[in-house]
Amino acid sequence: MSATAPAPSTTTMTYREAVRLALREELLRDEDVFLMGEEIGVFEGSYKVTAGLFREFGPIRVRETPISEEGFVGAGIGAAMMGLRPVVEIMTLNFILVAMDQVVNHAAKIRYMFGGEVGCPLVIRTPNGGGSQLTAQHSQSFEVFFAHTPGMKVVAPSTPADAHGLMKAAIRDDDPILVVENLQSYKVRGEVPDDPDRVVEIGRAAVTREGSDITLVAHSFAATRALRVAERLKRDHGVDAEVVDLRSLRPLDTETVAKSIQKTNRALCVDEGWATYGVSAEIASRIQRACFDDLDAPIERVGLAEVPMPYAKQLERAAIVNDDKIMAAALSVLDLGPDVFSY
Amino acid sequence: MVLIRLFEEEVERQYKRARIGGYCHLASGQEGATVGAVHSMRDEDLLFSSYRTHGLALAKGVDPDEVMGELFGREGGSAHGRGGSMHLLDYSKGYLGGWGIVAGQLPLAAGAALEISYKDKRAAVMCEMGDAATNMGAWHEALNLAAIWDLPLVTVVFNNKYGMGTSVEKASGEPDLYKRAAAFRMHGERVDGQDVEAVLEASERLLEMAREERKPSVLEIITYRYRGHSVADAGTAYRTQEEMEEWKKRDPIVLFRERLVEEGRATAADLDAIDKRVEERVVQSVEAAEASPEPPVSSLAQHLYGDPESAEQFSRMGPGSPFGERELVLEGLGR
Repeated sequence: MSATAPAPSTTTMTYREAVRLALREELLRDEDVFLMGEEIGVFEGSYKVTAGLFREFGPIRVRETPISEEGFVGAGIGAAMMGLRPVVEIMTLNFILVAMDQVVNHAAKIRYMFGGEVGCPLVIRTPNGGGSQLTAQHSQSFEVFFAHTPGMKVVAPSTPADAHGLMKAAIRDDDPILVVENLQSYKVRGEVPDDPDRVVEIGRAAVTREGSDITLVAHSFAATRALRVAERLKRDHGVDAEVVDLRSLRPLDTETVAKSIQKTNRALCVDEGWATYGVSAEIASRIQRACFDDLDAPIERVGLAEVPMPYAKQLERAAIVNDDKIMAAALSVLDLGPDVFSY
Repeated sequence: MVLIRLFEEEVERQYKRARIGGYCHLASGQEGATVGAVHSMRDEDLLFSSYRTHGLALAKGVDPDEVMGELFGREGGSAHGRGGSMHLLDYSKGYLGGWGIVAGQLPLAAGAALEISYKDKRAAVMCEMGDAATNMGAWHEALNLAAIWDLPLVTVVFNNKYGMGTSVEKASGEPDLYKRAAAFRMHGERVDGQDVEAVLEASERLLEMAREERKPSVLEIITYRYRGHSVADAGTAYRTQEEMEEWKKRDPIVLFRERLVEEGRATAADLDAIDKRVEERVVQSVEAAEASPEPPVSSLAQHLYGDPESAEQFSRMGPGSPFGERELVLEGLGR
């Protein structure tokens, strides 16, 4: 017997494949798990996340629904109250608004409102994001609406390994969870451990790059961008940026964020969604209190321009959070570039 | 029916003494509809309802002590003081809750019926709702799913003529609400809610159809509430005294009592004895509610999350949290 355990083997795959693998493993593990959503069967999913699963598991375990989000999200809640573990796909986050009442007034409230007598182990999975000229009604990242709601849990992985591990954790969790995927992230490649029993703990942020000069706080695809910008900061300016990928929005791991900023003394919050009343606002508020004596500069934020997403390419480019904007904002926080925040 | 009537009269007295708070929707006059619909349900059948809950909960077998306890906001209540009048629930009795958003319970009921179908159980779901719920999108979506998925769901519309103060005629393009079932190629029928046995016959038949044939249906029960929409509404702004008096002549309890005596199925003395027993039961429920403790403030965050890992998951949220969050919520999750 060897003295050290062998390093766990991994497989390289895309984020999309990692989500699919997690769904497949959980369908195999637990007969109470079933998938439900529009075009997830014969059509194989609008973004092909569920490709092959209908063929393998059939129409009961992979249930195709009509375009009827309020109806089938509610049906998922009712089935979850009875002990099943539905994984409901919303084609994109944008369409969840017609089911908002079911999520916020029902799923999130059930356990508390009935004094713990019944629960709701429901997963809703859906991609957010923009940047492909999909325009105003199909490019949004308002996951914060749900992170605002007590009773909900919200996770938003950025890597294939986390997409796999958090999806499995969400399906096994006894509470209603929104799993935010991302249209741009679907094609991101990475290593996923070959272990069907591995889950990623909900409520734990990850330091995805260590550094000492500034902390970039982000989630979902913005965390991928933050890593890219961190490399540019190093290459072009010799700056060591630390990147904290939140991974989970509710619960929020403020402890890991605070610890990082206590080391770097500077922070930039990056969010693909609107900044006003947003995730970055929440982080900034908590951090100014937790790290008041550690900060060498105000905590700054960069988010989507506060307009509905336009169609024309150059307008869209101006609106979204891109690497250049994050770069400019970081340099400003570091006093290495023009001040882009003072009014 | 008598238990529900007397229980709700007591609820109104307690409400006026400010021992019951919040919204409180009474259903005097609707007892025939309530008992007729629910009495034919089996233990394994599941009931969802709107927020006019008290009678439906009692009819499904929820302990009157737990109903009164909930209205008093006590630990001994069916939701341990977290739900109140609109959110009674007893999972063990198959009463899956009173729900406060009009028609919001319909998709949930479809989901519970989906579980029955998924597990191939012999059971059915009944979903009660008011007439106004038929104008909501959730009605359309839930019934459509029930139809395409062959769900064992009986949708029961308590048509008491008014959604708050708006009449069915004013609110509905098709005021014969049972006809709307045709939009889903579903069986729909209408029954007189003041005749408890007529309702019973219909609900029994439709539940059986759901259980055995997996055919969903709509049952419209015509009834009337004597009181306003809630305790705060006198109920006189949108209907005449005459109309109200006319309906009271067809009181479901009086009609059934007369029929039982007339047909020799019970004597007046038998029925008086029931009334007496029920009166005592109601008094007892108030005593039980009074004796039950109030939930302690330290339990504020209890039941917010159910996963055993939740306290650990939220344990890193403390730094910089707003006033009270740490003590009241984050630390409370572990309790």
